Amino acid sequence: MSTSVITAESLAEAPPAVGQRRWAALLRATMRQWRSRIGLALFLFMTVVALAGPLIAPHAPTQFVTAPNSPPSSQALFGGDVLGRDVWSRFLYGGRSVLGMAVAATIIGVGLGLVVGLTAAYLKGAVDEILMRIADVFMAFPQIVLALLLVAAFGPSVPLIILIVGISHAPRVARVMRGAGLQVVERDFIKSAEAVGEPRRRIIFGELLPNVTSPLLVEVGLRLTYSIGLIAALNFIGDGIQPPTADWGVMINENRLAVAFQPWGVVLPVAAIALLTIGTNLLTDGFARAMLGVERGE
Amino acid sequence: MSAAEQNTAVAIRELKIDLASSGADIVEGIVLEVRAGEVLGLVGESGSGKTTVGMALLGYARPGGRMTGGEILIDGRPLSAMTSGQLRQLRGGTVSYIPQDPGTALNPALRIGRQLSEMLDVHAPGTSEEARRARLRETLEEVALPADEQFLARYPHQLSGGQQQRVAIAMAFACRPHVIVCDEPTTGLDVTTQARVLETIRDLARSHRVAAVYVSHDLAVVAELADHVAVMYAGRIVERGPRDVIFMRPRHPYTRRLLRAVPDLAGKRAVIGIGGRAPLPGHRPSGCFFAPRCDLAIDRCREHFPESTEFEAGHTVHCYRAEDAPDEVPTTGAPSPATQAGETVVTVEHVNASHGKKQALFDIDFSVLRNECVALVGESGSGKTTIARCIAGLHSNYTGDIKLDSQRLAQSARHRTTQARKQIQYVFQNPYASLNPRRTVGQTIARQLRLFFPVNRGETARRVGDLLERVALSADAASRYPDQLSGGERQRVAIARALAAEPSLLVCDEITSALDVSVQAAIVELLRDLRIQTGLSMLFITHNLALIRTIADRVLVMTEGRIVESGPTTELFGAPSADYTRRLLANTPSIEAALGQVAAPSE
Repeated sequence: MSTSVITAESLAEAPPAVGQRRWAALLRATMRQWRSRIGLALFLFMTVVALAGPLIAPHAPTQFVTAPNSPPSSQALFGGDVLGRDVWSRFLYGGRSVLGMAVAATIIGVGLGLVVGLTAAYLKGAVDEILMRIADVFMAFPQIVLALLLVAAFGPSVPLIILIVGISHAPRVARVMRGAGLQVVERDFIKSAEAVGEPRRRIIFGELLPNVTSPLLVEVGLRLTYSIGLIAALNFIGDGIQPPTADWGVMINENRLAVAFQPWGVVLPVAAIALLTIGTNLLTDGFARAMLGVERGE
Repeated sequence: MSAAEQNTAVAIRELKIDLASSGADIVEGIVLEVRAGEVLGLVGESGSGKTTVGMALLGYARPGGRMTGGEILIDGRPLSAMTSGQLRQLRGGTVSYIPQDPGTALNPALRIGRQLSEMLDVHAPGTSEEARRARLRETLEEVALPADEQFLARYPHQLSGGQQQRVAIAMAFACRPHVIVCDEPTTGLDVTTQARVLETIRDLARSHRVAAVYVSHDLAVVAELADHVAVMYAGRIVERGPRDVIFMRPRHPYTRRLLRAVPDLAGKRAVIGIGGRAPLPGHRPSGCFFAPRCDLAIDRCREHFPESTEFEAGHTVHCYRAEDAPDEVPTTGAPSPATQAGETVVTVEHVNASHGKKQALFDIDFSVLRNECVALVGESGSGKTTIARCIAGLHSNYTGDIKLDSQRLAQSARHRTTQARKQIQYVFQNPYASLNPRRTVGQTIARQLRLFFPVNRGETARRVGDLLERVALSADAASRYPDQLSGGERQRVAIARALAAEPSLLVCDEITSALDVSVQAAIVELLRDLRIQTGLSMLFITHNLALIRTIADRVLVMTEGRIVESGPTTELFGAPSADYTRRLLANTPSIEAALGQVAAPSE
């Protein structure tokens, strides 16, 4: 899914440049690329559709307005779904849950990974070994398998899905942040902070974190992309949002049997998920490329 | 062609190299000549374009640069007329190069013998195996390296820095070049090794009648080595001439100020820095580039760049005030004042420290008194930084006691009291790494204040302003990020950060070694003033003996983890007792020693 060419190591090697000027330069370099512009446009468009959709939906998502699997008509713009609800309205309602859950899972995953990764990078030694080996164990499972396993154990629920997806991201984020952090902890300003007795927590979040913000942002974009896909998949399988709630993943599952004669119920949510992930990924990729360029001094 | 012209191995005429992107000039109007068997010292501070000129002799314009004017003649042949094939043959063959860091110039995956013979293969193909072996042996013997199989089978990492540099020199001389470009080849080396490397270069240049261009920022080294000297400033040669003239009767104000910034092993004068900073390509003024920093500048200096004026044979100066410059009264800086030392601040007792299993310090014993500056001098690997880090609580793997005001300190800074951490402040060697690049100067200093004093927002801002003023930075520096500052300015910020804690001991770990001499002098001046004003004690760690002379009251000489000699600065320099100290003193390059006399201008 990812087209990213960036590794944690290549990000962290380049010496960080300036504060505000640097962000302005990064932003300009990002937006100079077509991939980022298209990515941003897609992402913004899909976000608006997901957030504002319910406001413009002609019907309630659970209201029966037409015959099951009926073709597009004046009542239902994209026809009826498997139970005769308006596909268009369910589509407009169904984005909030995917996007909201994905964002929440990303925040949890990146936050946890960031703390673990930077702690491992700063403390080194046994702590580093233990944290990273635990991460290795988690990473040995494919994310979706891990998620299914945990859902099977604890039962389907939205908060649990968010937590599980977040946790399954954490080790990957941790590894990248540790790599980025290792390059920084060797520098004298960290020693300088130690010499004056700055608390460890402050060294990690006050001194180290501001120097790894670029790889962190790339991780946010990357994990958001994966979260959208993963959460849509879990909802599709039926482990997340439960029918009759409108959700893109749920919609695909509900309408997939009728795809031959009423494709809209599947095509709309599939296209939405695809455009959203392509958008976030293009944007992330553009940012990562810009970052390498800026830090090489181009 | 006259005999003199035939002798000229290198001639540069009005060389101009621009930045390809903006057209800003990196170097311009460079005129140089080097005769066979002669060493030209190309002197300048960082950013002066000296390396650019050096690389141009090899037919390279630096990355992003482009040669846009003038001519370089090697043995009378212009480089611009050569094909890329001819240039390849020229590099390493006719013109060879000794890099600054041999560690990166040698291929780490190839044995020494292989690398040397490759050089001969390329530039002297077709010779018999026998002849090549003989040549190889001869080459290595010239640089005083063993030529046995065992040595040839080694990899670069198995050699010391000095040996690596001598291999690089051997490679440079192997093909009997006519011209050799040395780009600060001794910068990373200890003085003892440096002395040997310099001797090798000088002897080889003389005996093989090679024209050598020695690029360096170190005036003392150039004084020992060069026959002629060219001084570069902001991309121009401002003065050139025979060595004795440049060092004894310099006429350009920049050369004169630069010489006064060089610490003097004889200790007769204090160093004086040059205020301001050199203009960068694209930001150079219309007149003389030095005018904004020059005390003698007149209106005319600000309008047109001065043409060259010849004073005595071969001595040319680009300055309108060159006639008057020698009359300029130097702003006198007395040598460091004898300060009244008080009670003991820090005592180090029987300290043994290790890096992993390897012991780095052996039974170190000394103390620093209030208002005293103690210099800790030693070559790389002598353990001087380890001592400093033990004192600052950054290296906790040691036994023995370190006491502050007769209170024993915990090993690591984390376990020390806030008061102890406040009293001992550490300034790091490299100001490019010791400041958090994502914090403004103001934020960095304010954080330090808040750690040690209960101060509110307004009070913090006021004290940050005061501290910046004390290190001679303007208050608007507070809103800058470190990479918007020069190296010297950053080091001032690092000092201001340390001063914010109002320490009683300032540990300065090689704090000027990453800086230019004029900046180093300014930092040394600053530290001297701070000591007078605040009664601060200092532990000044350095490898630069001449610098100690101008700053320290007492000296500790270290080698291999032991203190071999200690005593008051003047006594130690006057009559060193340890062999090691004597050797160190003898090997330290000195302008005075090179010229055979004391040569401070206008004295």
